[in-house]
Amino acid sequence: MQSSLSLSLSPHTSLTIPRPNQSSFATSAKPINLRFCGLRREALGDFSPLLTRRLHLNSITARRHSAADLVVSASLSGGNGSPPKSFDYDLLIIGAGVGGHGAALHAVEKGLKTGIIEGDVVGGTCVNRGCVPSKALLAVSGRMRELQSEHHLKALGLQVSAAGYDRQGVADHANNLASKIRNNLTNSMKAIGVDILTGVGTILGPQKVKVGSDKVVTAQNIIIATGSVPFVPKGIEVDGKTVITSDHALKLESVPDWIAIVGSGYIGLEFSDVYTALGSEVTFIEALDQLMPGFDPEIGKLAQRVLINPRKIDYHTGVFATKITPAKDGKPVIIELIDAKTKEPKDTLEVDAALIATGRAPFTQGLGLENVNVATQRGFVPVDERMRVIDANGNLVPHLFCIGDANGKMMLAHAASAQGISVVEQVTGRDHVLNHLSIPAACFTHPEISMVGLTEPQAREKAEKEGFEVSIAKTSFKANTKALAENEGEGLAKLIYRPDSGEILGVHIFGLHAADLIHEASNAIALGTRIQDIKLAVHAHPTLSEVLDELFKSAKVKAQVASPVSEPVAV
Amino acid sequence: MAHLLNTSFIPSSSSSSSPTLRPRNPTILIQTRRPPTRIVAKIREIFMPALSSTMTEGKIVSWMKSEGDKLSKGESVVVVESDKADMDVETFYDGYLAAIMVEEGGVAPVGSAIALLAESQAEIADAKSKAASSSAETTNSAAENVGPTVVAAAAPPQVKEAASLSLSLSTHPASEGGKRVVASPYAKKLAKELKVELGRVVGSGPSGRVVAKDVEAAAAAAVSVGPTAAEAASVAAKSVGVELGTVVPFTTMQGAVSRNMVESLAVPTFRVGYTFTTDALDALYKKIKSKGVTMTALLAKATALALAKHPVVNSSCRDGKSFTYNSSINIAVAVAMDGGLITPVLQDADKVDIYSLSRKWKELVDKARAKQLQPQEYNTGTFTLSNLGMFGVDRFDAILPPGTGAIMAVGASQPTVVATKDGRIGMKNQMQVNVTADHRVIYGADLASFLQTLANIIEDPKDLTF
Repeated sequence: MQSSLSLSLSPHTSLTIPRPNQSSFATSAKPINLRFCGLRREALGDFSPLLTRRLHLNSITARRHSAADLVVSASLSGGNGSPPKSFDYDLLIIGAGVGGHGAALHAVEKGLKTGIIEGDVVGGTCVNRGCVPSKALLAVSGRMRELQSEHHLKALGLQVSAAGYDRQGVADHANNLASKIRNNLTNSMKAIGVDILTGVGTILGPQKVKVGSDKVVTAQNIIIATGSVPFVPKGIEVDGKTVITSDHALKLESVPDWIAIVGSGYIGLEFSDVYTALGSEVTFIEALDQLMPGFDPEIGKLAQRVLINPRKIDYHTGVFATKITPAKDGKPVIIELIDAKTKEPKDTLEVDAALIATGRAPFTQGLGLENVNVATQRGFVPVDERMRVIDANGNLVPHLFCIGDANGKMMLAHAASAQGISVVEQVTGRDHVLNHLSIPAACFTHPEISMVGLTEPQAREKAEKEGFEVSIAKTSFKANTKALAENEGEGLAKLIYRPDSGEILGVHIFGLHAADLIHEASNAIALGTRIQDIKLAVHAHPTLSEVLDELFKSAKVKAQVASPVSEPVAV
Repeated sequence: MAHLLNTSFIPSSSSSSSPTLRPRNPTILIQTRRPPTRIVAKIREIFMPALSSTMTEGKIVSWMKSEGDKLSKGESVVVVESDKADMDVETFYDGYLAAIMVEEGGVAPVGSAIALLAESQAEIADAKSKAASSSAETTNSAAENVGPTVVAAAAPPQVKEAASLSLSLSTHPASEGGKRVVASPYAKKLAKELKVELGRVVGSGPSGRVVAKDVEAAAAAAVSVGPTAAEAASVAAKSVGVELGTVVPFTTMQGAVSRNMVESLAVPTFRVGYTFTTDALDALYKKIKSKGVTMTALLAKATALALAKHPVVNSSCRDGKSFTYNSSINIAVAVAMDGGLITPVLQDADKVDIYSLSRKWKELVDKARAKQLQPQEYNTGTFTLSNLGMFGVDRFDAILPPGTGAIMAVGASQPTVVATKDGRIGMKNQMQVNVTADHRVIYGADLASFLQTLANIIEDPKDLTF
């Protein structure tokens, strides 16, 4: 109800304004939106000033509706505004994954009449075949690990008899979680009046989309949010039983004795955590020379020391799996490896199962991009920094945006959502460019890995180019009271910063609850908070957040405190 | 950067009231020092840095450089784990990492040399020889250090030898005739840890893959050989692993055992079991253990005293037509020996006092080990005791040796919850025995009353000591 109240305002202010062109729309809409944002809180607390302002706004926009009309129409359309004359929707999103969902919610909040097209199940990869069910499995693996670690339990004075698990029970937990979140997601959109259109969405032309086989809908703006599917390199035959992708693995239909995981990125690492906790042995196959490429090298090294070396895991690096044959006729899964550089055959592995975690490929086929003259690059939809789709000639395609895995900028669920929100901000008249360096990422192993911003080599490269100095600060979880109380002192937090300005370039954490700890750093980056300011902020003691407190305090910034945090207030 | 070392870890700055001592700067520069001997001026020692005020020793997590690598000032060389954190340690000088003196996983006290840094490549060899000589002195360095002969270090060569004797190769189809070994990741890790050569382990996993338990079994087999060899050097040569897939003829002793066992099938035997409460016996044993009395001697004595009251149980049937009532009570006790079994005999066990009996027993066992038992010392038994209680066996069944009337199989004495006659539940040590007897001469009632007598003696053992 709260949202529909605040939302009823916007359609009449922004969307019914005649728009001869984009620029005039932007200039006219901007101040209105700003005032609207300021109004929101008041709207919830005190209704009468809102009404008067509404009338005022209406007069500004020269609407014929009276205030009463306005309220009625708002309640009838469930807060989704009255239909525009020329388009079926203000915003149409193709793909109801986390990115599309985030965009839809924000669009409704901004008063846009929003439709979302889903050809499969609501929730997309993250909810159904990704982050969500994997967290359920990882929750199980974390507990199994604790219960199996006699040494650790003994140090805490605990005694537990042999821990065991029921595979189907674990699988059900993951499945139940996915359907629960899927329902939550669906209901959250339905509740605020987002139209969920079932069927495959195909772009027919500018502002026109076909849903399913015959239905055609039009929209002022369209967001492509079709996401991605597991990438399976050539030569690998996926049978879904013994050679699997994350889609199959999350169903946990079996726990093989020995599983090879091709790729040691986030997905591979998380699954290695799950499988080893459930008793499997794991062999990593990594094409690059080092495990865990993409992580800060120092974090990767420590993570290898904790997550790989002591576990029942071995690895082959610098090799490609050129051919993987599923198990059949009593033969095991056969994996042929070649040297990544010389391309010479190197080894053959026989294992019980292979998980292909070589990344994800954009799911953009059959989207009708050719109808708007857009050529994908390796399947990705080319976009500018505002997620506006670029056509084959390098020109922007008006009213067409692409977010999430489909554009490949940053293949993370929350990044897709943030991009979607950014697009909605733009189409409702507020220019917005998402700072991808402020988007945190996390790998939910035990312990977790998280990061935001640049890695040390990236920062050094940038510093070289732009001519500034880079400093590094590190703190260990071994010095944190809470971590030691949990007997989980293994861990490191690393801060990469500019000593001249105190700007945070990157933060990397490996340790207990790292994924939850990163947000202090990512928020600081997003808001531009400098170290000299944030180091004065207070953290509760004893908490893991003190690891970051220590980290900021150990940084040596030459610049003085730019501005006092706030005026001292006596309490 | 050099000033950062130690200064931030000085106790005053680390505010002892705070539970979190903070390592302010995690990159530590190695301080090198000139060798006190000044043999070669350009070789510097890299020593274990003090990473915190409370640190007394550090563990080498990993060497980031290997011997012979060129180092430049400020480069990370080694990761050291202190009581608080893992830290990369950097070198303060340019040069070559000439010799690593403390291997990964090794622990060194703060200030002790962990590696040598040579200024030029030419000096690497000098440094190496220096490291070799000094590593013998610094025995406190790494556990894996070659210098000190640690007890544990004696086992691995044994393991290797024993493992190499088991020639069977992995039968994995992809092993290409043994050239390639298919082993699971954990099996590989274990093999490295336990120093087991994977190529010689027989795989029991899918398609003959070597899995962890195969490696464990291989290591255990090799280790179980180890102590025997250490115990008696004279038999070390014989106590090697079993050659799988081969046929080995019986030794003389094994041949004798085999003949006797087959012969025993001609005797109609039956069995009677009994459970003794041994609290009193255990208490007695505890009391007189210091005087050299063994449990075997106590049991032999008790059995002999019971036999004295039941001469029929001490009899035997030689020809199938008559009883032979033996004049003396000679208790034979089965002893497992390397590659066989022998039954030294405690003669006149009913008459000899418990202390003499214990001494006699010890003498017999020593002789048996040295294979010096005289025939009358092992073949004059009239009643046999076989005890597997020390292995935790609670009951078993023995085969009657030909020429005797009965054999008693003794299980372990274990605390047992029992209902007592006064209707309470109590905890008592109980031991199960099972007597196998020749039914031609010894009948069920004979054994039963013999066991009842024995039970009385064991449960009230005051007579055992006279």
